[in-house]
Amino acid sequence: MSVIYILWLREVKKYLRSRAQIIASLGSPLMYLGVLGFALGPVFARAGEGSYLQFIAPGVMGMTLLFTSMFSGVALLWDRQFGFLKETLVAPVPRVQVMLGRTLGGATVAMLQGLLILVVCLIAGFRPSSAAAVPLALLVMALIAIVFAALGTVIGSSLREMQGFQLVMNFLVMPIFFLSGALYPLKNLPIALAVLTRIDPLTYGVDGARGAFIGVSHFGIMTDVVVLIVAGLALLALGAWRFTKIEA
Amino acid sequence: MSSPEPVIRVQHVVKKFGDLAAVDDISFDVSRGEVFAFLGPNGAGKTTTIKMLTTLLRPTSGTLELDGLDPTVDTNDVRRRLGVVFQDPSLDQDLTAWENMEIHGVLYGVPRGVRRERTKELLTLFDLWERRDSMVKTFSGGMRRRLEIARGLLHTPRVLFLDEPTLGLDPQSRNQLWTHVSHLNKTEGVTVFLTTHYMDEADRVADRIAVIDHGRIVAIGSPAELKAKTGAASLEDAYLALTGTSIRDESAGAADRMRQMARAWGRR
Repeated sequence: MSVIYILWLREVKKYLRSRAQIIASLGSPLMYLGVLGFALGPVFARAGEGSYLQFIAPGVMGMTLLFTSMFSGVALLWDRQFGFLKETLVAPVPRVQVMLGRTLGGATVAMLQGLLILVVCLIAGFRPSSAAAVPLALLVMALIAIVFAALGTVIGSSLREMQGFQLVMNFLVMPIFFLSGALYPLKNLPIALAVLTRIDPLTYGVDGARGAFIGVSHFGIMTDVVVLIVAGLALLALGAWRFTKIEA
Repeated sequence: MSSPEPVIRVQHVVKKFGDLAAVDDISFDVSRGEVFAFLGPNGAGKTTTIKMLTTLLRPTSGTLELDGLDPTVDTNDVRRRLGVVFQDPSLDQDLTAWENMEIHGVLYGVPRGVRRERTKELLTLFDLWERRDSMVKTFSGGMRRRLEIARGLLHTPRVLFLDEPTLGLDPQSRNQLWTHVSHLNKTEGVTVFLTTHYMDEADRVADRIAVIDHGRIVAIGSPAELKAKTGAASLEDAYLALTGTSIRDESAGAADRMRQMARAWGRR
């Protein structure tokens, strides 16, 4: 237990100390929220879908959770590069504990960043349907963070070199984001896109967050939560397995 | 030659990578409390041997024993008895010296009270106590090395492995580092197993030296015995007499590969 805790604490401490990074990571969510949110607002309203800002805010939170948690998982490559990974791999503790500490730390960092974006959204004019909806929304956000921190660990344990990082960003993280329905409704999509969105775990995350925050959900919150839990457990198991295969 | 209860016992150990034997039937003992140096050209099998003793590699054949335990079976128990300072740094540079010690202590199950006390003691000894709350990235090369060694000793290991610990350090830092290591060897009785390229260091700190070349031990004994055996005036000359004068340092990669290939073909 103390091993998981100290490695979790390491991730959180490093995040809280990197002020410049925290501010820099506000950049792209602000773009989506500020520019897309307001620019597409009139079109969205005319299509009879209501406020686009209300619609996109949960999507932007989902995006932040995705990017931050994936990034912390792939940071494993940094630790490999700078050697710290070895220190944890040769320690007389089960690898699973090392993996859990790191992954839950990454998920926590993503959650903190997600909460920051929630505050930004509230300032921009986003209004959850009721205060009572917030705890459920936070649960969905936490699940998104865990799912993608675990996926980050799977990727980080499988890549050997830093060069792979760009590949992951362009061919995994960006597609997950664009296919998730964070920016558009899931209704009436072309069949190919409809299929792709349904195999993207973030789709259920964003849908669940939307359901909780503003009461609009495509699949129903229960379905979303169940899919996220199943995906999270599967990815944690896969991550643990990949992590035990890393050679020190 | 060695005392009745060796802390490390290596018997007929072979490690093959494919057809290549990186370590080819080596046997030696290291006594408790000894400072034992492993010398050899690049690619001679030093790091492979250390990796086998520290549970990172399994030998192809032969037996290893560390403090009476088998590293291939009692992996975690063996790891708890070892302090390892790798050739490459393994500190978290974005954390402080203190935090690096804390994490290590928790990973090795050192109880909080003992951990705090021993961290203070070791950081003070290695002249790092004043800088305990500074980020490691602000440390010089010598300070980082000292911190790694202090960290390796935190869980009071029976054996401290130092793989080329003074590589890239200035003479002052090297001198200071060995003073500390010798001190700890005497006060705590920790056995030290080191590799180095600097003969003067081996001559100064080691009780016994094994010279390894082409995966085999070519000579073993005290610095004086090695000099006497080869009739050389200095350990440097003794070493060259044992391993030859051909250059392997500068072009280790290519020379190694050629040598290994030659041996692989020769064996078929």
